[in-house]
Amino acid sequence: MPEQDRAPAPGGLAAPGPAAESNGTPPGTDGRPVLEVTGLRKEFGTLVAVDDVSFTILPGRSLAIVGESGSGKTTVARMITGLERPTRGTITACGRDRSRPARSARDRRRRGSEIQIVFQDPYTSLDPRQTAEQAVGEVLRLHHGWPADRRQGRIGQLVELVGLDSRQARALPRALSGGQRQRVAIARALAAEPRILILDESVAALDVSIQAQVLNLLADIRDETSVSYILISHDLAVVRQLTDEAIVMYRGRLVERGPTARVLDDPQHPYTQRLRASVPRPGWKPSRRQLVPSEEKGD
Amino acid sequence: MVSAAVGVTGRAARPVSRRGVLGLLRSTGVAGMASAVVIAVATVLAVFGPLLAPYNPKLPDLGMAWIGPTGGHLLGFDFEGRDVLSRLLAGAQSSMIGPLAVVAGSMVLGAVLAVIAGWRQGPLDTVISAGLDILFAFPGILLAVLAAAVFGAGLTAAAVALSIAYMPYVARVLRGAAMKERGQPYVAALEVQGASGTSICLRHIVPNMLPLIVAQATIMFGWAMVDLAAISFLGLGVQPPAPNWGVMISENQPGILQGYPLPSLAAGVCIVGVVIAFNVLGERLFEQAQAARQ
Amino acid sequence: MTGRKGRGPGAGQGDATAAASRGPLLAVDGLTVQLPVEGEHRVVLRDVSLEIRQGEAVGLVGESGSGKSMTARAIDRLLPRGAQVQGQIRFDGRDVSELSGGQLRSYRNRVAMIFQDPRAHVNPVRRIGDFMTEALRTNLGVPAAEAQRKAADILGQVGIEDGRRRLRQYPHELSGGMLQRVMIAAALLTQPALVLADEPTTALDVTTQAEVMAILDELRRGYGLGMLFITHDLELAAAICDRTIVMYAGQVVEVRESALLHSDPLHPYTAALAAARPDIEQRASRLRAIPGRPLSAFEAPAGQCAFAPRCPHALAPCLAAVPELTELDGGLSRCVRVTELRGELEAADA
Repeated sequence: MPEQDRAPAPGGLAAPGPAAESNGTPPGTDGRPVLEVTGLRKEFGTLVAVDDVSFTILPGRSLAIVGESGSGKTTVARMITGLERPTRGTITACGRDRSRPARSARDRRRRGSEIQIVFQDPYTSLDPRQTAEQAVGEVLRLHHGWPADRRQGRIGQLVELVGLDSRQARALPRALSGGQRQRVAIARALAAEPRILILDESVAALDVSIQAQVLNLLADIRDETSVSYILISHDLAVVRQLTDEAIVMYRGRLVERGPTARVLDDPQHPYTQRLRASVPRPGWKPSRRQLVPSEEKGD
Repeated sequence: MVSAAVGVTGRAARPVSRRGVLGLLRSTGVAGMASAVVIAVATVLAVFGPLLAPYNPKLPDLGMAWIGPTGGHLLGFDFEGRDVLSRLLAGAQSSMIGPLAVVAGSMVLGAVLAVIAGWRQGPLDTVISAGLDILFAFPGILLAVLAAAVFGAGLTAAAVALSIAYMPYVARVLRGAAMKERGQPYVAALEVQGASGTSICLRHIVPNMLPLIVAQATIMFGWAMVDLAAISFLGLGVQPPAPNWGVMISENQPGILQGYPLPSLAAGVCIVGVVIAFNVLGERLFEQAQAARQ
Repeated sequence: MTGRKGRGPGAGQGDATAAASRGPLLAVDGLTVQLPVEGEHRVVLRDVSLEIRQGEAVGLVGESGSGKSMTARAIDRLLPRGAQVQGQIRFDGRDVSELSGGQLRSYRNRVAMIFQDPRAHVNPVRRIGDFMTEALRTNLGVPAAEAQRKAADILGQVGIEDGRRRLRQYPHELSGGMLQRVMIAAALLTQPALVLADEPTTALDVTTQAEVMAILDELRRGYGLGMLFITHDLELAAAICDRTIVMYAGQVVEVRESALLHSDPLHPYTAALAAARPDIEQRASRLRAIPGRPLSAFEAPAGQCAFAPRCPHALAPCLAAVPELTELDGGLSRCVRVTELRGELEAADA
């Protein structure tokens, strides 16, 4: 963890030294995985939402979980963040097990400083009664017992890091656009200085031009803080842009895994192939396939 | 800057906190504002009523009984020769405090149960909901009668009984709102941050329910006033000769058939006027609260 | 001022040639819409003109505030109360704003609308069959049994087998994708001449989207329907529409043959929009984001090109006056510098 007392590097949080290379291990950490998930399984009554999912994330690397609705990708994210309890399997983050709910308030907070999440809908992921400054400040107060001026300073840094100005930081969510709200949500998540940031379709609801800004921002943040992203998305182009490795989920099962480039250029599993073929691009023409009744709800 | 999306209705809701109380009242329309004025007047009377009364509301003078409006006595005299206007002014206090206590009690109890049930959900929610369902079965007045039988007649017993009777209403309405807030992503974000359930409930869920709470409380004030007036009318609430609008209706009732309806009706009008004001304002606020949640 | 003569390539059916001589199916001319917001009137559409010929599919692409949805609502007379409308909308030669009562109902039978979120536009306590056959039974007087038969038929065409059983189901028993197919089927049941599809696949999974798009395309061609396909996805529109209209800040900024939209765009916004998308085939070191954010008509600076503040090619003439739509190479562009910039705007990576 970066030392708190060091003067902040210009433009952002205190970086732990020279910028990390995108493919190497960030300095200051060992090669241990930041996240290790094995045999993850979640049942809701008779429905198996997640069935035997395992993956590992090394420091500085980013993973995409690709899938559509019903794939279980969001359930996996909820289990990793502790919002849902796995039926079976283990989750180990930063060397510590978190397969079971946290037992103490201190435990909960520590987990919060390891893994954070940014949700999809910018309109409900912020408390409508809190300004950005207040939302970020609350997180800082939760994790650190700092005096007010130090806290204000860090709020300012985070706000600047996500590209908001001071007027926007003092505004209520209602006065902000979707893209600006997502920036606030990112700032709030980063306030905990997590090793892993889960982006649950975080850019899906944004306009194309704003999406590009936020994707650039996320890349910049990663360069500065060496955070690892878990990108949950069905948008393969975004997946390509932001992640190194990808796993593909279909109906709770992990059907394909590998480096993002390989999975997208040379998909092996029929579902991945179908997914790849469904993406609109210049010259693409949609084609029908036979409807398979058992796949569709209502049968 | 207002966000780009104008929405199908073409109207963007402004946050309550921006508008302030005056702005909020203004947005309830003419009816809402008129009601607010009536309520304000009633509140002032409740506080200062006894001081404002021109004549002694408690001193009987049977020689003056049933005499109509004359001289300084704008509303005439009641069955015991007391000035009706003075008695109304003095009676405002007990007529308003009773409902206030009922609202306070039922809102606090109901809100606590609703938030706990909405937060924890699962078996605890089931138990709480079942308990509330049972309480629903008891009409307020029945409970008040029971309370009077057990603890003796009086405003306290009646207010407590009504609080308990109203509590399930409150809890049901607020539970829905609490569950909706609970399901919002920003609450999940706070959980992931490691914030405790209690702090999330107190700092985030309840404040976001405030418009609904205020609206519910306003409407309930009206109901409580009617119920308490009825209880006092039955002789189980405020005891005569203490001034109270409900009591006044009851004790002056014989006058109606004898051709002296004013004392009884005047008290009735006061109750009805204040109740309507609370109902109207409360419903307007309710609409605002619903609209704000869309 | 309007220059509507985009030479959209024909749909390939005999209909199109006959249609060309009949005049456009839908002609929107100088449409300006203001909505009342908090006591003031805000412009949301500014001088929008477009044309759809019989059997032609036209895409309408834009981001938030572009006015694309509002245009569709204006065409279907679904604007909110208090909206001020200027300009004309003519369907089959008749002014839409003058229709009322029975005429309006029959207009709505001929112009079908498909919405983004099917669940929000269907009554959850009525069966699918009742919902689908309502227009047939009440407006067109078709007997119930025959209406049900037709409904089951068309469900088959959208890929839902066992139509009879589905007709008895309720909306919540169907997934989002299936419900959207039902909506498409319902829209086609009254044999409309024009389909307004407002982001019909945005809420769907990408594989379902591909399927639904294919169905929409196939049926549209089969029935020779005109279509206005609204989306934020440039490539999606290009996939099934012959011509694409790009909107920004409540105005039409470009009209172009879909095939040329990427290789030879006529407006900097179109090019920027295409360039801002990440490429599924390779990772860019940095995406070419457009600075600022998309504006609504009332937020955009007046008396100048609305896109100028964000445009990398903006010069003094762009700030002097609102640019007119100029015709170029069979397309239209609202850029004063279009001829100079031609060829420099292509969306491919630099």
